[in-house]
Amino acid sequence: MTDADIARALTLVAREESGRVLALLARRLGDVDLADEAVQDALAEASRTWPRDGVPANPAGWLMQVAKRRAIDRRRRAATARRGTEAAARALATDDPGRADEVSARDDRVADDTHDVGDEHLRLVLLCCHPALDTEMQVALTLRLVGGLTTAEIAAAFLVPEPTLAQRIVRAKRKIRDAGFPLAIPRDLGTRIDAVLAVLYLVFNEGYLALGDRDELVRVDLVDEAVRLTRLLFDLVPDHAEVDGLLALQLFHRSRLATRTDTHGDLVLLDRQDRTRWDLVAIREANQVLARTMRRVQPGPYQVQAIIAGYHANARTSADTDWPAISSLYRQLVAMTGSPVVQLNHAIAVAMADGPERGLAMLDVLTGLDRHHLYHAARAELFDRAGRPDDARQAFVVARSLAEHPAEQRHLDRRVEQLS
Amino acid sequence: MEYMILIHSDETFEAPAPGTPEFEAMMGEWFAYNQRLIDGGHWIAGANLMPTATATTVHRTMGNAPTITDGPYAESKEQFGGFYLISASDLDEAIELASSIPVPQASLEVRPVAFRPDAV
Repeated sequence: MTDADIARALTLVAREESGRVLALLARRLGDVDLADEAVQDALAEASRTWPRDGVPANPAGWLMQVAKRRAIDRRRRAATARRGTEAAARALATDDPGRADEVSARDDRVADDTHDVGDEHLRLVLLCCHPALDTEMQVALTLRLVGGLTTAEIAAAFLVPEPTLAQRIVRAKRKIRDAGFPLAIPRDLGTRIDAVLAVLYLVFNEGYLALGDRDELVRVDLVDEAVRLTRLLFDLVPDHAEVDGLLALQLFHRSRLATRTDTHGDLVLLDRQDRTRWDLVAIREANQVLARTMRRVQPGPYQVQAIIAGYHANARTSADTDWPAISSLYRQLVAMTGSPVVQLNHAIAVAMADGPERGLAMLDVLTGLDRHHLYHAARAELFDRAGRPDDARQAFVVARSLAEHPAEQRHLDRRVEQLS
Repeated sequence: MEYMILIHSDETFEAPAPGTPEFEAMMGEWFAYNQRLIDGGHWIAGANLMPTATATTVHRTMGNAPTITDGPYAESKEQFGGFYLISASDLDEAIELASSIPVPQASLEVRPVAFRPDAV
């Protein structure tokens, strides 16, 4: 085995196995932080010994065994440090090393007994997205504890300094310990799953929108991570339609990734994308996932968005797009979410189906998006189609002043120039 | 685990006058909630405080004599008006108990107790 093979095996066990090991260990120890430290210790040991001894036949089982030993070591060290005080005397009396060893016997089978681990794993996933943690903490924790990404990988992917990210994770784990977050299935499971989906969609969009700026070799593909974790969530809660809805939506979006930017890193809009380069395998899977989930008849916003994305993905040319159907779906989505951005997309779809003046009329009564560059860009495009170039140029100028992403800025600069 | 629930609500909210049926109904809800805490083994302590107009704040800084001012610590739209000290198995239970407090509109801070000298 080459060094590269071993490195790949290490990354694989970190990403694919460490989450389940962590979940099981956290449950047994009653301590997420201790379990995480122990798993990290074990991964560090793997990086030292695997190049010498080779990759074990059962990497997950190996990880579990070693992590357990490290956890016991850490607990004993912590007890020793407290020796000599009243608290230490009490702690030593209850910190029975025999009991810690007792947990060992059944855990070695973690790699085989995936059914048992599923419940523990789900609890860990749900814990990471507890509402008492802010969104940034939820994202960082999910990618670390569930995704098995290193702190450095997450920091690089989100363009955040590594110490900042590390601090965020430390604070989150500390709060989990000090405030007594339970590792449990919450009573309102649906709401918590919605929170997990929101985190996964956020990660997906971060990856999707960042493309064109990334250094492929250095930064983790957040799009792939989001899809992987959404698939994992589906394995853990197969009866929630919105999980599949999100998966289908992600797969439809991902199918267009190759055509979203051109060779200069500039934006290519939907109607100009080369559809022959859309990933048909991804589209086929997305269609299947969507069909499967709609049979459950548990409608929800991710499913509706996925259906809309499906209309685009399955239209062979831009001109074949069924805009009236999409328009009607956006109306449903507005009713479900009340989101101004959804209303914006609805107006655009109506414009495509019924003409720019209809769309502009809807945009005129839309409030709350004055600082949103997409609102002004949409108005500009519709002004242009309605034969009002001066209004269009003005709106593009406003949009440009609000746009933050370099590729979008360049695109809007071009539009302004084209109308000058 | 033990938690304090700090109740912040708008004092200017018109509460029903004593003696009215609405008042009896409101007190009934509070008594029922307190009983639920007792029956569930959650109750440690709790109190409704008098309005912030009765508050006095003592400001201490090291080396200086304390200064005394009229009024509560924080001037805010919602004022600190009462608390519960409860025992709960975890944060989720504490949140659920806080969410059940029969106050129509409030911000309820849930904070774990670090150390309580009179804890059993």
